[in-house]
Amino acid sequence: MRREIPLAITFITALIMIVSFCIPHAPFGSMQDVSLKWYSIIAGFTMLLGVDSLIHMHSVKIKRKKEGWVYSLVLILGFALFVISGIIGGIRFGSAMDIRSSFMYLYTYMIVPLQSTMFALLSFFIASAAYRAFRARNMDATLLLITAVLVMLGRVPVGYQMWHSFPAVAEWIMAVPQMAAKRGILIGVSLGSLAVSLRIMLGIERSYLS
Amino acid sequence: MHNFWVILGVWMAAFLTLAIFSFLYKDNPFYKFAEHLYVGTSAGYMLIYTYFLVIKPMLIDPISQEHQWILLIPAFFGVIMLTRWFPKIAWLSRWSIAFTVGIGTGLAITGSIQGLLVPQIKGTLIALHGWNGATLNNLLIIIGVIATLTYFYFSKEHRGFVGKTAKLGITYIMIAFGASFGYTVMARISLLIGRMYFLFHTWIPLIK
Repeated sequence: MRREIPLAITFITALIMIVSFCIPHAPFGSMQDVSLKWYSIIAGFTMLLGVDSLIHMHSVKIKRKKEGWVYSLVLILGFALFVISGIIGGIRFGSAMDIRSSFMYLYTYMIVPLQSTMFALLSFFIASAAYRAFRARNMDATLLLITAVLVMLGRVPVGYQMWHSFPAVAEWIMAVPQMAAKRGILIGVSLGSLAVSLRIMLGIERSYLS
Repeated sequence: MHNFWVILGVWMAAFLTLAIFSFLYKDNPFYKFAEHLYVGTSAGYMLIYTYFLVIKPMLIDPISQEHQWILLIPAFFGVIMLTRWFPKIAWLSRWSIAFTVGIGTGLAITGSIQGLLVPQIKGTLIALHGWNGATLNNLLIIIGVIATLTYFYFSKEHRGFVGKTAKLGITYIMIAFGASFGYTVMARISLLIGRMYFLFHTWIPLIK
């Protein structure tokens, strides 16, 4: 029963979603929206599992004074700071997302710069990756980089100043060869996704239950 | 007082920005500090975000104010998801997983047909009449789609005509990856410009 009930739940839920899609009238039509809301609620609870795992791992590191435990302490303090300010914001303004709350202040001056700088840092590593790809010196890598350069030049004002046709070339790359490859990939992805989903729905693929 | 908090916030953001950029030199305690702070604060943010934008408006408020008792069903599934904390009854969490997987599966089946497969095939069935630039482009698209699909078709060995078509497919794929790469680089550089602008305009006003 420990396996049969989950398999039945998966099959019935997937069937409801398909029926709801195929019969967009009451009472079936709204079932998809309702299921998606329920999905969000259940996914919300899983957040607790993830946070518990993260905090537990770093608490153990602090307790055992493992290498870098001070950084784990920073992580937990940062976490506590956001949770406490969120609760205070909720009590004072009805929602932590209120622009006047300390939670939003911390979000603006901590998470926003941290996140954008972390991604901005990648621009340097992308440059080094491009350099390494160029060193590979094969036809495919060269083609990739030439396309990347053409697309970039076609999308920035300096490219237009260098050669007025760069934007048109970039446009053509995006509209013709890029579009063709993307279509081929998407058709493959959709067929693969369809096959895997049917396998899961029919209980052939059960790895998610282990 | 308001000004004080803004100035403090800007200095804090500037310190964290520089701490992350310090990784360009090498891995160092400032970077590790900022990195761990990022993970911790993001986890805290997501927890509060989920409560105030998902659990409260979708579950607590409808039950407490509108008495929508039907919502006790997803609440039950949500709670039994937490049985993973108790090994003896951890198997119950499979019910919640099964429910979410079922929804994902149902959506994937309908979504992949309606949202991906049909529109992409429809977009490939394009006119090939007359001898002009548009026809040539359409022909290139059709050839490209077939060649790309051939590259991912592994039931037949890539030799002879199939091999040549697959080779053409990889050429198309490389162009597509190159375009995506170009866009990614541009997005990252635009973020970098944003951070530089913050440092040299908001923090140290060198740029007007």
